Amino acid sequence: MEEGVYRAVSGARIALQRRQYSASCREFSVRCPRLQLRSLSAVTCSVWLAAYGLFVLSQNSMVLSAAIFITLIGLIVYLHFVKIDQESLLVIGSLGIQMTSSYASGKENTTFIEMSQVKDVVINEAIYMQKVIYYLCILLQDPREPHGVSEVVPLFQSSKPRLDCLVEVYRSCQEILEQRKT
Amino acid sequence: MVLKVFFPSCCATAESGLLIGRWIPEQNSAVVLAVVHFPFIPGQVKQYLSEVQRVTQINMCVLGSWSNSKQEKEEVLDKFLEDLSTIFSHEPWIQLSKERDSKFWSCCIFQKYPSSPKEDEFILVYYDQRKVMLSQLHPTDNLTTSADHKGNDASKLGAVFDTVAKSKVLFMTDRYDDGPFKLTHWQSEGVEASIIVELMKQASVPVCMLLTFLLSLVSSVCKSRVLKFWPLSFIWSKLSTCEQLGHRLEHLQIISSNRKAQNQTQLMRKANICVSLLIDMALGILLMSWLYRENRIGQLADTLIPVADHIAKELQDLLQWLMGVPAGLKMNRALDQVLGRFFLYHIHLWISYIHLMSPFIEMILWYVGLSACLGLTVALSILSDIIALLTFHIYCFYVYGARLYCLKIYGLSSLWRLFRGKKWNVLRQRVDSCSYDLDQLFIGTLLFTILLFLLPTTALYYLVFTLLRLLVVVVQGLIHLLVDLIDSLPLYSVILRLCRSYRLAASVKFRVLEQKAGKPLRLLMQINPLSYGSVVQTYRLTTYACYPKDSWSSLCKKLFVGELIYPWKHKGEKQD
Repeated sequence: MEEGVYRAVSGARIALQRRQYSASCREFSVRCPRLQLRSLSAVTCSVWLAAYGLFVLSQNSMVLSAAIFITLIGLIVYLHFVKIDQESLLVIGSLGIQMTSSYASGKENTTFIEMSQVKDVVINEAIYMQKVIYYLCILLQDPREPHGVSEVVPLFQSSKPRLDCLVEVYRSCQEILEQRKT
Repeated sequence: MVLKVFFPSCCATAESGLLIGRWIPEQNSAVVLAVVHFPFIPGQVKQYLSEVQRVTQINMCVLGSWSNSKQEKEEVLDKFLEDLSTIFSHEPWIQLSKERDSKFWSCCIFQKYPSSPKEDEFILVYYDQRKVMLSQLHPTDNLTTSADHKGNDASKLGAVFDTVAKSKVLFMTDRYDDGPFKLTHWQSEGVEASIIVELMKQASVPVCMLLTFLLSLVSSVCKSRVLKFWPLSFIWSKLSTCEQLGHRLEHLQIISSNRKAQNQTQLMRKANICVSLLIDMALGILLMSWLYRENRIGQLADTLIPVADHIAKELQDLLQWLMGVPAGLKMNRALDQVLGRFFLYHIHLWISYIHLMSPFIEMILWYVGLSACLGLTVALSILSDIIALLTFHIYCFYVYGARLYCLKIYGLSSLWRLFRGKKWNVLRQRVDSCSYDLDQLFIGTLLFTILLFLLPTTALYYLVFTLLRLLVVVVQGLIHLLVDLIDSLPLYSVILRLCRSYRLAASVKFRVLEQKAGKPLRLLMQINPLSYGSVVQTYRLTTYACYPKDSWSSLCKKLFVGELIYPWKHKGEKQD
C-alpha cells in the first residue's frame, strides 16, 4: 500500500492511496479534503445572523426557528448528497472496473463496468470554468461498432486531481489493461 | 489467463466432496452451484447431473474437488482427490481446499494438456446464492436478446446470474429428501404453506374466469351499436370519467386473462397494475366511508348551490364593472353595453338552470358518490367532470369572447394588407401585391378604423374571460395529473425495491476481502440495487397521459390570436 499527497485542480491537498492486491487487481482511492469546521461555522453563523436581522426587522420568531431548520436540513442534504469524502477505483483485470464514491454521511454509490465493455482508459482535457483541466475517463465500447465509443465515463469527478496524480493512476491502469490483451 | 471461480458463500462450511456447477469456457470462469459429499457412487452422480441438465437446460458438470479438512490426515485424501479427476474427466480440474479454520483457501488446477506455460492466477468470488438466484439483472430485455443470439455476446455477469437462476430446481429439493447422495447448497426452508394462500390460489382460477366473463359482457355492451350514435358518442368522448373507466376495464382485462406472463417485464406489469388497482380501490372505499357518514352528502349539496350562486353573483359584479369604466379605461359605450347585457342574460339563464336542478342535486351526488367504490381515480374524474359542468357558463363566455376577438383580429389583419395595397393569395399561399379601386380602399380603410377602435372593448372582455377559463383549466389539469399519477406509478416495483432490494439488480459490486500472499484473490460479490428513479422509469405503466397539446410559446400565440384552447388532448386523439 502506497500513499502519496497531491493537489487537486483547486489547490486543495488530496491523498492518493494505492493498494495492490494481486497482479491484476489494484485499488486507487482519492481522499478529498474533509469538511472544515471553519467553513461550517462560517456558513451557520451567517445564516443565523441573517435570520436574526430579519427577526429584528419583522419581530416574528418564526424566522429564527425556520433558520434552525434550514441549517439542519441543509447540513443533512449536504453531507448525504453533495459532499464526497472518498472516491475509489477498483480495477480487476479479468472482471472489470468498479467506481465507488462514498459520501460524508457514509452512503456509497457504486458503479461496475464489465471488462468486455471497457475499450480503454484515457486522460482527456476539458474546459472547466475559465481553465483547462485534465481528467481520467473510461471509454466504453459500442456494442454495434467494434471501433466506436458509445460513452465516456469520467473518473474522480468530485476530487479533480491534477495531471501528475492522474498519470500515476493511468500508468497502473494501463499495466492491467495490457495484461488483458495478451 | 486468469481463472475465476464463483463460489456460493453458504458452501464454505460444507464437508469435503465434489464441486458441481457450470464451466463457462469463453470467460474462463466456473460457477459452482453445489457440493456433493462423500460417499457417492460416480455413476449415480453422472446420472443425476444428466437429469438435472435435462430439466434446467444448463450444461452441468463436475468441476473439481473440494476438501475441508478438520484434521491433519491429508496425504491419503489428497491422493484420492487427484484420482477423482480421472473418473470425472473435466478440463481443467479445479481443486479447492480449505485448511482448518483458515480464511484463505488454496486452489490448484490440473490440466492434462497445459496450454499456457505461465502460472495461472485464481480469483475466488463469493456470492450469495439465494440473492443471486432471486434477483433480476437489469436491463432485462438487453440480456434476453443477446442470450438468444449468441452466448458470447451475453455479458459475463448476465451468464452467471442466468446459470444460478436456472438451476432453481436444484435448490428447491426438500431438506429431508434422501437422494442417492448428499448435496450442500442454498437450502430453501421448504415451501411455505399457509391455508389462506392455498385457498386463495384455488379460488383465483374461478374468480378470474368469472371476472373475464363479466368483463367480456361489459365490453360487448360498451361496443354495442346503440352507444355509437352521434350525441352519445360525443358525450362519451368528452367525459373524463368514461375515459378512466375504459382504462380500468383494460387493466382488469390484463389482470384476469389466464395467459401466463411470458417474461419478467410482463409479470411486473401485471403485479403493478394489480397493486395500483387495489390501492386505488382502497382509497376510493375510504373516501366513500368518509362521505356517507354523518350526512356529509347532504351538507355538500347544501353548500354546492350557494357556491354556484355566489360564483354567478361575482360574475355579475364583474360584468357590471366591465360595463362601466373598468380600471379607468374608456370603452366604446354602445358595444360595451351590448356585450355586457348579453353576458348578463346568460348568467341569468344559468342561475335559473341551477335553481331548477337544486332539488335533485343531493340525489345525484348520492348516486355519483357510490362510484367511488370503483376507485379514487374514478371519483376524481367525476369531480373533474362536475367542475366542467358547473363552470359551463365560463366556458361559454370564453368561447363567445374568443370568437369575437378572433373575428376582429382576422378582419384587422386582412384590412391592414388592403391598407398597404396587398392581398393574401390563397392559391399560392402567400401575400401578393394588388391594385385596389378607390372605393374599395375607402370602404376598407373605414372598416379598418371602426374595427381598430372597437378592438379594446372586445379585447378586455376576452382577456377577463380567458383568465377565468385558464383558472378552471389549471384546476382540471391538476386533477388529471393526480389521476395519471395513481394510474401509472409502479407501486409493486417500488415496494419490492424498498423491502427486497436485491430482487431488482442494476449491477453488482465487488468487495476485496482480506488478502494473504500466495493465496488466491478473494472477492465478495454483492448486488447493487436499481435506483428508485430508474425503477419508476423502467416499470412505469403506460399512461394515457394528458400531455399539454402545445408548447408554451404556441399556447401564448394561440391566446393572442384568439384561437380556442382545449385543456388537454389524449394521446389517442392526437393521432387523428
